[in-house]
Amino acid sequence: MSTGLTFQETVLRLKQYWSERGCIIQEPYDVEVGAGTMAPETFLRVLGPEPYRVAYVQPSRRPADGRYGENPNRLYKHQQLQVILKPAPADVIDLYLGSLKAIGIDLAKHDIKFEEDNWEAPTLGAWGIGWQVMLDGMEISQFTYFQQCGGFDLDLVPAELTYGLERIVAFLQNVDSVYDIIWTPGFRYSDVRLKDEQQFSKYNFELADVGMLWQLFDLHEKECQRLIKLSGVVLPAYDQVLKCSHIFNLLDSRGAISVTERVGVIGRVRRLALGVADAWMKEIAPKVEAVA
Amino acid sequence: MSLPFLLEIGTEEIPDWMIIPALNNLQDMFQALLDQHALGGRVSSVDATPRRLVLRAEGLLDRQADLEELVMGPSKSAGAGAAAGFAKKMGTTADQLATHSTAKGEYFAFSKRTPGQATAAVLARELPNLILKIQWPKSMVWNGKGTERFIRPIRWLVALLDDAVVPFEIGGVKSGNITVGHRVLGQPSLGVILQNFSQVLKANGVIVSAAERRDKIESGIKELLAGKPLRAKPDPDLLHTLVYITEFPTPILGSFDPSYLSLPREVLVTVMRHHQKYLSVEDTYGRLSPHFIAVMNTNADPDGLVRQGNERVLRARFNDARFFWDVDQKKKLEERVEDLKTVTFQAKLGSYFEKTLRVVKLVAGLGGNERAALLAKCDLTTDMVKEFTDLQGIVGGLYARAQSEPEEVARAIYDHYKPLSMEDEIPSTPGGRILSLSDKWDTLVECFKVGMIPTGSRDPFGLRRAAQGLVRIIVEGKVKFDFPGMSAELSEFLRDRVEYYFRDVRGFAYDELRACMAAGWNDLIDLEARLLRVKAIRTTPDFEPLAASFKRIKNILKQANFEPSYALSEALIEPGPERALYDEFQCSYGQPLEARIVTLRPKIDLFFDKVLVNAPDPNVRRNRLTLLQRILKEFSEIADFSEIVTERQS
Repeated sequence: MSTGLTFQETVLRLKQYWSERGCIIQEPYDVEVGAGTMAPETFLRVLGPEPYRVAYVQPSRRPADGRYGENPNRLYKHQQLQVILKPAPADVIDLYLGSLKAIGIDLAKHDIKFEEDNWEAPTLGAWGIGWQVMLDGMEISQFTYFQQCGGFDLDLVPAELTYGLERIVAFLQNVDSVYDIIWTPGFRYSDVRLKDEQQFSKYNFELADVGMLWQLFDLHEKECQRLIKLSGVVLPAYDQVLKCSHIFNLLDSRGAISVTERVGVIGRVRRLALGVADAWMKEIAPKVEAVA
Repeated sequence: MSLPFLLEIGTEEIPDWMIIPALNNLQDMFQALLDQHALGGRVSSVDATPRRLVLRAEGLLDRQADLEELVMGPSKSAGAGAAAGFAKKMGTTADQLATHSTAKGEYFAFSKRTPGQATAAVLARELPNLILKIQWPKSMVWNGKGTERFIRPIRWLVALLDDAVVPFEIGGVKSGNITVGHRVLGQPSLGVILQNFSQVLKANGVIVSAAERRDKIESGIKELLAGKPLRAKPDPDLLHTLVYITEFPTPILGSFDPSYLSLPREVLVTVMRHHQKYLSVEDTYGRLSPHFIAVMNTNADPDGLVRQGNERVLRARFNDARFFWDVDQKKKLEERVEDLKTVTFQAKLGSYFEKTLRVVKLVAGLGGNERAALLAKCDLTTDMVKEFTDLQGIVGGLYARAQSEPEEVARAIYDHYKPLSMEDEIPSTPGGRILSLSDKWDTLVECFKVGMIPTGSRDPFGLRRAAQGLVRIIVEGKVKFDFPGMSAELSEFLRDRVEYYFRDVRGFAYDELRACMAAGWNDLIDLEARLLRVKAIRTTPDFEPLAASFKRIKNILKQANFEPSYALSEALIEPGPERALYDEFQCSYGQPLEARIVTLRPKIDLFFDKVLVNAPDPNVRRNRLTLLQRILKEFSEIADFSEIVTERQS
C-alpha cells in the first residue's frame, strides 16, 4: 500500500482542503514554539468574540524529545499541521474526516476511532476537551474543543485539529522510520532533516550554555513585563513569552532545572502568558463593544 | 392507553469509562420523572454506544389523570359577596359552589378539577433539563461561553412517544425521528419509528446493545482462533472498554515478529494492552504468543490494511521499547540515584531523591533491604518508564536483574508498588513488603504534613489506595509496624482504612471491629488475631451473657465516676460469691480468653445476683468497684466487650 503521497504533497493537499473551507492559510510562525497551539494564530486568535479560520504548518521544537536522529519515531523538531475553526461548526468531525479522504485515506478500508484525550497547557492557562484520533491503531491527530485560553473562558468554542505530519505520512507510505519518508521524489526525510536532529540534539543535551540561557530567560521576561504595560504591542510581548518558553525547554533538556526551581519557572512563564492574554483582551475590548 | 417511549441522545464520542454511570443516572432520573408527574410506566432498558445514549420506557399514560380537589372557601356566614369573590377566584360562578359542613360551621367549597396534561407535553417540558442534568466527571461547552454543558456536543435527539415526536430543543438541536448511522458504515440521516429503531441502526453499522457487541467480539475472537493452539488472555476490563469505544466491533488477529518475545513479557503486554488496547494471545502453556487481537470499529478489513496498520504501529512501539531498553542499560540504576534530584515527587514535597533518602532510612529501621530502597525509584529516570509509566517499579526490577543486582533487590523493586488494587496481590517477598510499606508510609506522612488530605471523592495523590495497601501489607504480609509519630489527622484517616479493610474486605462484624479496635489498633497483626478470637468465641454460649455483664460493669463504673487508683484489698472481699469471683479471676490469670470466659461467666452472674456493689461501707464499695475494674481492664486488652451488640439489646 505504499502508494502514499509524498510528504510535501500531503501538506499541500491538506492546505488546499482547508483553504477551500474558508481557512486563511498562514505560514509557520518564525519564533521557536513547542506546538502549533503556541503560535499567536492560535493562542491569541482563539480569544474574543471574532470568528476565525486558519491553517498552517508549524515546526514544533521539543528539545528533550531529540534522539540524535537515532530513533525512528522521535524527533526534536516535528511538523504539525494546525487548523483552527472558530467557532467549531456542527459538522466539524465530518470536515475532519473529509480531510483524511483528501490525502488518500479510504475510510471504508480503515478503522477510525476517537479516543478520549483532553488537552491542558498550564503554562498557557489553557485547556480543552477532545480526542486523539486513531487510524488503524495509530494516533494521527489531536482534536480539541478549546474551553479556556490564557485563563479566559472562550466566547466562541474553537475546534483545534492538529495533524502529526511525520506519523501520518510514514503511515501512508508504509515506512517504519520517519527518516525513510519520501519528502519529494529523490529526497527522503533524512536528506532534508537528519542533520537538524543530530546537531540540535547535541546542542540541546550537551552544549547549550546554561548560564547564558538563564540570563536570556531573565532578559526576555523583563522585556515582556515591560511591553505588557504599554499599549499596542501585545504581539511583540507575546514573542517574549515564546522565547522564555523555549529557553525553559532548553534548560530542561540540559537537566539544569531542579525540582524546586521547576514549579517557579513554569509559574513565571504562565504569568507572562496570562498577562499577554489579558492585554490582548483589553486591546480587542472596544471592538467587542462595537459588535455588541 | 399504554404507550412506549424512546429517547436517543446523539453526541460525539463519549469516553468509554463514563458511559455506564451516565446511563444509570439517566435511568434513575427518567424513572423519577415518570413517578413525580404520575405518567405511569417504567424504564425498560438503557443502552449506549460511544455516540448515543438510548433509553426505552413502556406503559406510559397518554395523559396524566385529572386531579380533583375540594378547595375550602369563606364561611357561609360571610355572605354572598364573599361567595362571589371565592367563585371568581376559582374561575366559576357562585351557583356552582357547594357547602361543606365542619365542626366550626358551614363553609363554601369548590370541587376543583385540574385536567391532566398530555404526557408528551410534560416530557417535552422536562426532558431538556433532565438530559443536561446527567452527571459527568468533566463536561464542556460547545456553543460558546455560558451555554449548556454536556460531556461532548449533542448533535441529534430522537424522542418518540409511541409514533409521535416529543418536541424539544437543546443547544439548537431539535428532537425528531431522525437518527444517525455509523460514521463510515451508515447513512448520516435515518428516519426511524420506535419499532424499527434498533434494526435500522444495525443496518447502518450500529449495534445499540452493548451485550450484543460484547457477544460479537467474543464470538469473533473464537472464530479467529478456531483450530489454533492459542487463546486470548482474558481481560474483562479491556473487553468492557472495547465494547464502549465501538459501534460495530469486529476483532482481527495480527502478529508480530517472534524476536520481540525477547523483551520482557510485562513490557509487551503493557504496550499491547494500555497503549494499543489489544488483547494478548497465549499458547496452551500460557506463554505469550507473537499475536494480538485488535478490535476495529467497522465491519471488515477487506484488503488487510487495518491489520497491517496495527502491526506496523505495534512494531514501532516494540522497537521503541527495545531502543529504550538498550539505551537505558547504558546507565545503571545506581548511577541514576543523583538524577532523582530532578524528578518531582510532589511540588510541595521536593524530589524523589529526598523521598528515597527517607525511605532508605525507614526500610533500614524495619530490617528491610536498603539497596532495594536506594534503587527503587531510579527507573523513573529511564526512557522506558517515561514512555510506559504503568511499568514503574516493574522496569526497575527487570533492570536490577539485568544489571546483576541480587535477586532479592530486584524482586523488592519489581513489587514495590503492589498492591495496586484490592484484588492485586501484596509483594511476594519480605523485602518487597517492607519496601512497599515504607514507600507508602512516607507518601502518607509527607502528604498529610503539607495538608494534602483526601476529601470526599477527591484523592489526587491516591492516598486511600496507598493506605489500603499499607494495611494489607501489614496484616497479610505480617510486617511489624506501629505507625511511628502519626498525626491525629493521619490516624483518623488510617483508622477508616483499617475499618474498611476488616469490615468490607475481611467480613468482620462492625461491633466486633469496634470492640477490638477500642482495645487498640496500633498493632494490626495483633488486632487481626484478637478479631479472630472474638469472632470465634462469640458463637459460644457463655459469650453473650458475659458481654452483657461487661456492659453492666462499664455502666456501674461510669455511674460511680470511678477513678481506678486503689489497690485491691483481699481483706475486704466478702466470702461467698465475691470471693468466688475474686479467686477465679486470680487463678485463671494468664489462661486464654476462651477458657476464662467459660469459668468466669457463672461467677460474674452470681456476683451480680447476690452481691450489692454499692455497699454501705465506702471501703467495701470502693474495693468491689476496683475488682470489677480489674476484670474489665484485663479483658479490654483484647476487646471492649461492651461494644458487642447482644441479642438482648437488639
